[in-house]
Amino acid sequence: MNWDLFPQFLATGLLTGGIYALIALGLVLIYKSSRVFNFAQGHILMLGAFVAWWFTENLGWSIWLAFGATIGVAVLVGLLIERLALRPLIGQPILATVMMTLALSQVLQGAVILFFGANQRSLPMMFPLQPVILGDVRLKLNLVLAFGMAMLGFLLFVLFFRYTRWGLAMRAAAEDHQLAQSVGLRVPRIFGLAWAIASVVAIVGGVLLASISGVETNLAIIALKAFPAVLFGGLESIPGAIIGGLTVGVIESLVGGLPQDAAFRALHLGDIAPYVFMLLVLLVRPDGLFGLKRIERI
Amino acid sequence: MALRFAGDFDTTYAHDMAVIRNRGQWALTIAFLVALFGLPFVASGEILGMINLIGISIVAVQGLNILVGYTGQISLGQAAFMSVGAYTSAVLVKGGVPFWFALPIAGLVAGLVGLLFGLPSLRIKGFYLAMATLAAQFIIPWFFRNVRADLFGGMPGLRVAPPTLGSLVFNSQETMYFPIIGTVVVCTIIAKNIARTRLGRALVAIRDNDLAAEVLGIQQFAYKLRAFFLCAFYAGLAGSLWAHYARAINPEQFSLVQSVWYLGMVIVGGMGSALGPILGTTFVRLLDEFTIQFSPMLSKIFPEAEANMLAALGPIVFGLALMLFLVFEPRGLAHRWELLKAAWRLRPFAH
Repeated sequence: MNWDLFPQFLATGLLTGGIYALIALGLVLIYKSSRVFNFAQGHILMLGAFVAWWFTENLGWSIWLAFGATIGVAVLVGLLIERLALRPLIGQPILATVMMTLALSQVLQGAVILFFGANQRSLPMMFPLQPVILGDVRLKLNLVLAFGMAMLGFLLFVLFFRYTRWGLAMRAAAEDHQLAQSVGLRVPRIFGLAWAIASVVAIVGGVLLASISGVETNLAIIALKAFPAVLFGGLESIPGAIIGGLTVGVIESLVGGLPQDAAFRALHLGDIAPYVFMLLVLLVRPDGLFGLKRIERI
Repeated sequence: MALRFAGDFDTTYAHDMAVIRNRGQWALTIAFLVALFGLPFVASGEILGMINLIGISIVAVQGLNILVGYTGQISLGQAAFMSVGAYTSAVLVKGGVPFWFALPIAGLVAGLVGLLFGLPSLRIKGFYLAMATLAAQFIIPWFFRNVRADLFGGMPGLRVAPPTLGSLVFNSQETMYFPIIGTVVVCTIIAKNIARTRLGRALVAIRDNDLAAEVLGIQQFAYKLRAFFLCAFYAGLAGSLWAHYARAINPEQFSLVQSVWYLGMVIVGGMGSALGPILGTTFVRLLDEFTIQFSPMLSKIFPEAEANMLAALGPIVFGLALMLFLVFEPRGLAHRWELLKAAWRLRPFAH
């Protein structure tokens, strides 16, 4: 163990955790409103990265313009998915919705390769490449700014939920579908909105991630690390998504980087640390930190 | 209740319980088995290769069907449990154990690992349990990739010797056909019968209403663990067969995508019937085969994907088929088959 490096790995972990938190937010949004856990979130993220790449490469747009346009695409994708794939399954058992999002992940995976190819691409830099130095800790500026944008996104959504009519409607639908319907809210539309927002969030995460690590089909796998984050934070909790995302990022970074022993490092424990953590959460506290406790004892 | 042939009465308890009910069915069954085991003497290696692949998948999907179809739990880790069986069998055979003993041991070891990941079912169910198996899907391949590279071969994996019996070496499609199809037949008969025992009925009760099942005296935890064990046991058998069929294994072969495909086969075939996995697996594999045949035609339209046409079209076709089944026929092909049988027996009347 080399404790001198602790702050460095802590900071790096927090920064990657910011992106996990963003993906986790999308998952929570959909789960909260429609009780569907979206296994395809990572693939939507990957799609976003590839679409942004296509805009910059084939249309010659600047990265920021492409970013904006990709968000537009995200809204469309989210609405389409909800209308075509999940609306017909309302009222079906949980297995059906799980399988539907898994099927969706396969379709998106194939579609991305079909239209954009499977090669690794790179996006133009969104931010300059220079280190930020805070005491002993050296951080990449692009990571810091991406983290900042992720947190800004969070703030916007929290405000949206608290102060807008649509946000209020979404919170109502999350509480009880039938009650929401009976006071005149159109619950299917709220589902659509939740999917649209979740896709936007995923795609913002995707473009940020891709501008750091490149555009590739592996992005979908990276996004799976948001699952432990969501479970830890609680499936229904937006602050939980932030805390969960940051925690998972830190755990992954510390376990992967801190031990200096060569034999130990050869195990690549960082790769599975989030999933071991997820198992522990499931065993000790399946509802997560802030999730709703459904008391059901036998 | 399935419709019966006219004149088919239960005159003894044994007949009441029978799966094969009359002479005609016996004749058909025997004819089918003879045809099944006679096939390698007439069919080409290409067709046999496909049947072998389908057979291996059927074993894994039969197991998954016990957990998903009968017990109503979701497992995203079937491919990982398969890898446990594959590696166990490969290492044992390397150590001098004959394949015929390694096969059931592989099943047992995979079953025990399945039990381990089924333990969280003490506290959680449904979706949360799916997440526990998702963790298995990442942790198990990681284990074979990074731990004891001297034993498991690390990233490049292991080469596996073909099974032998006396002087007979099972190293071709024709010869591997027999152990694979033999296992498929035995596994299917066992799966069919599990559903009719106390165990199977308890599992169905847990699926339909877990609280009511518990009140009736069915210990949920014990039965869920048994379902997990059986599910992983079948996966272990399939993994062992795969290892000796492919004769080279590595951790990348047992990916999350594989697990998703197995789940898809369960859904397409129809959950909770022994016929479902056979129909579902065959349907999905044949669909994939058609995709392979058609993919070169599309590469002119999508130049970007030319080199990866198959990697692109395979998941799309599978995903769309699965979606259509979920929306239009959630009970799968097995249900359609039952409808067809009923219509045939009622002919010429509609009801």
